[in-house]
Amino acid sequence: MNVAGPSFAETFVGQLVIVTSILMLLLNLVPLLIWLERRLLALWQDRYGPNRVGPFGLLQPIADMIKIFMKEDWIPPFADKVVFVVAPVVVVFTGLMAFAVVPFTPGIVIANLNVGLLFFLAMSSMGVYSVALAGWASNNKYSLLGGLRASAQMLGYEVFMGLSLMGVVMLAGSFNLREIVEAQRGMWFCIPQFPGLIMFLIAGVAETHRVPFDLPEAESELVAGFHAEYSGMKFGMFFLGEYLGITLISAITVTLFFGGWLGPWLPPVVWFALKTGVFVCGFILLRAALPRMRYDQLIGFAWKTMLPLSLLNVLITGAVMLATK
Amino acid sequence: MAATVESRAVPGVEETILDRTTIVRHLRERFGTAIGPAQPTADGLPTVWVNADRICDVLGYLKHDVERPYKLLYDLTAIDERVRGHRNGQPPSNFTVVYHLLSFERNEDLRLKVALMDEYPSLPSATGVWPAANWYEREVWDMFGIRFEGHPNLRRILMPPTWKGHPLRKEHPARATEMEPFRLPDEKQDVEQDALLFRPEEWGMQRGTQDSDYIFLNLGPHHPGTHGLLRIILQLSGEKIVDSVPDIGYHHRGAEKMGERQSWHSYIPYTDRVDYLGGVMNNFPYVLAVERLAGIEVPERAKVIRIMLAELFRIASHLVWSGTFAQDIGAMSPIFYMFNDRERVFTIIEAVCGARMHPGWFRIGGVADDLPRGWDRLVREFIQYFPPRIADFEQAVIKNRIFIKRTQGIGTYTLAEAIDWGVTGPGLRACGFEWDFRKKRPYAGYDRFEFDIPTASNGDSYDRARVRMEEMRQSLRIVEQCLNNMPEGPYKSDHPLTTPPRKERTMHDIETLINHFLSVSWGPVIPPGEAFVGVEGTKGHNGYYLISDGGTMSYRTRIRTPSFPHLQMLPEICRGLRVSDLLAILGAMDYVLGDLDR
Repeated sequence: MNVAGPSFAETFVGQLVIVTSILMLLLNLVPLLIWLERRLLALWQDRYGPNRVGPFGLLQPIADMIKIFMKEDWIPPFADKVVFVVAPVVVVFTGLMAFAVVPFTPGIVIANLNVGLLFFLAMSSMGVYSVALAGWASNNKYSLLGGLRASAQMLGYEVFMGLSLMGVVMLAGSFNLREIVEAQRGMWFCIPQFPGLIMFLIAGVAETHRVPFDLPEAESELVAGFHAEYSGMKFGMFFLGEYLGITLISAITVTLFFGGWLGPWLPPVVWFALKTGVFVCGFILLRAALPRMRYDQLIGFAWKTMLPLSLLNVLITGAVMLATK
Repeated sequence: MAATVESRAVPGVEETILDRTTIVRHLRERFGTAIGPAQPTADGLPTVWVNADRICDVLGYLKHDVERPYKLLYDLTAIDERVRGHRNGQPPSNFTVVYHLLSFERNEDLRLKVALMDEYPSLPSATGVWPAANWYEREVWDMFGIRFEGHPNLRRILMPPTWKGHPLRKEHPARATEMEPFRLPDEKQDVEQDALLFRPEEWGMQRGTQDSDYIFLNLGPHHPGTHGLLRIILQLSGEKIVDSVPDIGYHHRGAEKMGERQSWHSYIPYTDRVDYLGGVMNNFPYVLAVERLAGIEVPERAKVIRIMLAELFRIASHLVWSGTFAQDIGAMSPIFYMFNDRERVFTIIEAVCGARMHPGWFRIGGVADDLPRGWDRLVREFIQYFPPRIADFEQAVIKNRIFIKRTQGIGTYTLAEAIDWGVTGPGLRACGFEWDFRKKRPYAGYDRFEFDIPTASNGDSYDRARVRMEEMRQSLRIVEQCLNNMPEGPYKSDHPLTTPPRKERTMHDIETLINHFLSVSWGPVIPPGEAFVGVEGTKGHNGYYLISDGGTMSYRTRIRTPSFPHLQMLPEICRGLRVSDLLAILGAMDYVLGDLDR
């Protein structure tokens, strides 16, 4: 540990600065991501996308935000009011909380927890409450089906999401995300833990309800699924949560498998941002490329294929570690 | 088929030339006096009158027992005969119910007519013989007030349940201006709202079992997955579909009633809007039927122009299907590629017709105008551009593993079921049955084109998709042959009933001028008679059954559309599957609401 006394980053004021700036960064990142997604999708789909508001349509998210703030804050009379209001808050809250343990650089991390990885898993699991509660509180059959799907999906995916990361934990010998990054100085874990990476990515996409796992909202089936009854800023919160989730999963993937901030020449934070950006674009590409899976196929895939595979991965990693010791 | 236009039956003469048509003679031998006189029609279809009390026996015999049976109930409709002038020795009848049967083995159709005398008559239901008769009979009840005894659920199908009167009866007003001003007081609104409530008991459904309740999910009329105003009520156990009830009619615009108010010529644009993705493909059977009534022979160039445009529209329609189907499965991008490609088809169509989706380009006796200069360059460019795009689509969607898992084995029906329910078009060919009317009964000059009939074997949603992909290639082949072999000559017939008539000679002789003047101001007067012509449309077999009473307007216009029987089958093929599968089935079915509700 640090013996030269607390650095600026560890003082109270320093912490406050870091927390505030990360919060601001994340909240401002989301509109940018929305713009990025719309532009990239347009590029891949032979169309223009938003290109009228500001240069390259960059101000479009701001226009959208003004619109969404101006909208009537409407709660359907048949909804369960308290839960209806709380649900969208949960997803933003858990998404932001999970970022507390993400090490952006060696110096910039809000909470350098020894169980950082577990904290991340816990927070991202909490996110499902948002969807399930929204589906229930809306008192709408489509929303209910969406919430139902989300709950079943999460049950399936949480289990092997955690297990798929155990290989990394074993290799690094720690749950602390900063130490996991440090452990990758020799070799990024994406090489020895390639199966784990694939499984984590699949679970991550399911976790964020993105195509091909966007069953809880499944536009062509459930209209908008769990958020069918939401509008205005409460709908905006779900939107915010979704993009926070994408960024979070990308950031965690980079931290656990691609050496976090590690990289030559450029400052650590740039490396981290670049790598995360690549995965965010990957999420968007998935959306452009794939159709949606069916509910029962998805659950079957999680329990029957991914869970045994992730267990096998843990087993093999352990065996190899024992053998090479 | 011995009947010709000339051989008008003489009343009282037992043995006309028509009676010698084998099937009619056969029926007469078997059913004796239950079989009435045969009737000559302009389309040459064997048409015979049958007594109402024996109709089900006759239908059953024709479906099951006769040699080379009539397996398909192609259409079932009615005619209000009360004000018809030219009946030419047909038995007396106030309302005539018409059964149109099709035999694949004979490659022949048969039309049975039942004469009914009462003001609100009734006759036995054919639902016991064909399940497909269910919706058809409901439609006849809805439109004419004819009751079918023994029908399991005889209720309105296209009109709202609260509707007063039966629209296709001649006494029912055809325009809103002939009716009282519309008012919606609160009490009436309550009644209307109440009529929209779904009561499972009315459909023989249970609300729940001893331990649990079912969810009744109201899918539509506004739902992104139904591609239009269609309501499907699902009885769900979890996500599993226990049963479903399609509720149609939200898109009903009275297309058949309008046919009785529009001149033969001015009705053409209305047909465009029936299968609204098929454009001129709808004009096709209509003008063919009118030409059959009028005895017009269409010049070669017009025939090839018609075929080229029809096939381009088949491609355009299949493109919309491909994109929306992919979207139903959850893929986001294909729909954008598809719209880009369809735009290229529309570029050609726009250059030729001036309009894009609904050009109304066919005319009685030809097409509206000659091809513009440079049309061949546009078509040639498209022929080169398009095949790689189909291949891309197949690579991205049809061969996608998630797509395969979502569609294979979903919405399967066997060939026998398909025929029983009246399925035609790609849905039938996906069951492995090579049946395409362009090949089996070449109409309008299709016999001179080389193309294959794509088929598949499993009859599921995936196979329907594959058949349609291949059909686009075949259509392109036909378009290419049109391009390379476009004949010279007039684009419109010389026949006096061609509308609008050719103008060149009007300033040279008075007879042509008078004819032209009358045809343009009144519209053509089509000789009395009956004709049905069907074509292989974009979604299945699409046909027009026209009855002329010798006027400037049709006496009865019946539009036989493929979507109607296809959707009727939905509850059968989605039972036990999940909500997501329902969307895959709907997408693969490729129905269009205008085609369904008319």
